[in-house]
Amino acid sequence: MWNTLSRMLRTGLLTEPLPKLSEARSVVEGLPLEPMQQNLLNILGRALCIRHVDAGSCNGCELEIQALGNPYYNIEGVGIKFVASPRHADLLLVTGPVSVNMEEALRRTYEAMPEPKLVIALGDCGACGAAFGSSYASRGGVSNAIPVDKTVAGCPPSPPEILRAILDLIRPAADEV
Amino acid sequence: MAAEKTDEQQVKMFGNLACSRIRVDREGWISTAEQLSESGARLLTLWGTDDRDQAGGFRIDAAYLLSDSVLVVEHRMVDEGEPWYPSLAGLFPVALRMQRAAYDLLGISTNESDDRGWLRHGGWPQMVFPLRRDVDGSQQYPVVSQPYSFVSVEGDGVHEISVGPVHAGTIEPGNFRFSVVGEKVLRLEERLGYTHKGVAKLFESLTQHTGHRLAARVSGDSAIAFSWAYCAALEAITTTTCSARALALRALALEHERLANHLGDLGSLGNDAGFAFGFTHFSKLKEDLLRANSVVFGARYLMAFVVPGGVAADLNTEARSLLLELYDALETSVINLRTIYDNHAGLQDRFREAGRLDRSTAKRLGAIGLAGRASGLACDLRVDHPWAPYTSLAVTMMTQKGGDVAARVQIRFDEVVESLRLCRALLTENDSGVIQATVPTAQSNQLGMGIIEGWRGPVAVVLETGRDGGIHRCHTHDPSWQNWPLIEHAIIGDIVPDFPLINKSFNLSYSGQDG
Repeated sequence: MWNTLSRMLRTGLLTEPLPKLSEARSVVEGLPLEPMQQNLLNILGRALCIRHVDAGSCNGCELEIQALGNPYYNIEGVGIKFVASPRHADLLLVTGPVSVNMEEALRRTYEAMPEPKLVIALGDCGACGAAFGSSYASRGGVSNAIPVDKTVAGCPPSPPEILRAILDLIRPAADEV
Repeated sequence: MAAEKTDEQQVKMFGNLACSRIRVDREGWISTAEQLSESGARLLTLWGTDDRDQAGGFRIDAAYLLSDSVLVVEHRMVDEGEPWYPSLAGLFPVALRMQRAAYDLLGISTNESDDRGWLRHGGWPQMVFPLRRDVDGSQQYPVVSQPYSFVSVEGDGVHEISVGPVHAGTIEPGNFRFSVVGEKVLRLEERLGYTHKGVAKLFESLTQHTGHRLAARVSGDSAIAFSWAYCAALEAITTTTCSARALALRALALEHERLANHLGDLGSLGNDAGFAFGFTHFSKLKEDLLRANSVVFGARYLMAFVVPGGVAADLNTEARSLLLELYDALETSVINLRTIYDNHAGLQDRFREAGRLDRSTAKRLGAIGLAGRASGLACDLRVDHPWAPYTSLAVTMMTQKGGDVAARVQIRFDEVVESLRLCRALLTENDSGVIQATVPTAQSNQLGMGIIEGWRGPVAVVLETGRDGGIHRCHTHDPSWQNWPLIEHAIIGDIVPDFPLINKSFNLSYSGQDG
């Protein structure tokens, strides 16, 4: 126990500021966390809930989504959490080209979400099918299966790029409040 | 390394390991397998090919790992309306799913009674076999969902739990059907194939010099292993010699891939056993490594690093000191965290005896790679069949006898420390030189094999060249083919809530298997 506690103390807090938004308005490098959390609270009254679906990815994008949970990015500290059920989700984060074998499961997950729902297609494959394209086994980009609000390029996109895309998508609504 | 006849039948084959090839008839297909099974050989991979465009009918190949080499056994099914070959599943249980996949892609069947689709879930018509030459791979079909007959368990109080294909966490899709009494698992049956993206058909539309990009994306967590295996096959066919510097950099990247995955798994295993502290600290270490990758290799995940003839870029000048410092920091932290894991009673209580796979079951099922080593099977190609630069690195093989989650945790700790040693050795040697050799275009109909021990186990790419720099057939194999069936055995008698922990302790690839 002493060993565990001393390691915690020695490691300290590692969480970094949020990545800059892509638009240039009133933004300095590294957003403080508190206003974002307050905005999320104002809109939703709770955390932003994300459901992730791998619609046929190579697992590269999954690794970078998982990295958002590490102490440097600390995505839960911002007020964003991953949920197990689409019925609890505000945002669907989809990776991969849509394989024909996952098409129905993806659509059913999307349909199970309550309105209003947001969808991000993650990675080059999610955006357009990339190396896998459209074929007997792949439908290509996510927008060929369900409506998509935002795409994030990259193979795989880095955690700050994923986080920035999520913030970009919810920020306009937050600003209105 | 020109293909030369070693005896009447056995022909030397191109590969980064010693490979040879033998052609057999239908009886020979099964009698060779019997002899190989008796001699303790392991089935590495199995694939089919449509050679009808070369008047060769359909072909089935099986690659076996022998103690000192790889033997490819080839059988041609010429002049047959309904091409078939005898099933190997009785001798090598791991063959079953590969044979079902070969049927889905090519329509070549076996005498096996289990004829359920493995890769085909109704996404294309039953009589369309996409890997056949006369089938247009870009054609799309509406999905016609089909029921899948899982084996059912009957009895008092037995019920089924279906999990997936969409899982509760940020992981890949697959379907697990548990038959349980109370919490206790009586039977688990896996259904995979959900991420099938038609990789084999896609390869045939690429050139020999662009195939490595697709290979890197067969399984994103093993990008170096797959792209190296592809390039090794192509380089063997074209007798290209990579510089020592290029090979050292490939090995450095491969060990980084091993480190990143092991560190991530060690954290997730702590997390799945209720010890969030472990996830926090190991995910920090993994992030440190990925950020270093970004600085020294130019990317966190090295999808574009290994190219035919060598690597895309050399390390920059500050890389060496930055990496050596990182390795020291990682080693100190990992040793400290290992003490914490080892002394944590609650954690060890979850790890020990969970998901136990004894040595004889592992052997019978053909376990391979990390999961095999955790059940006492000494198999690591870096040691058994070393290829350059591993020939001069004297890798120490790590094994455990327990076969439980605890053993698979310990193996990862041991391999992290050994990988750090290898990384240091690779940095001190050959720190300059050419990084990319020119790879000529190969003649058509040359067969080469690249086999690389990735972090899960041996990754294999079989490349057969086509005309004008094209690809006739490219088969990719992830060790998850061997190890997925192990989980069905490891879980028996454990409780459902232990499944995520047991599954994570194997951490197998869905995409690598589905192809």
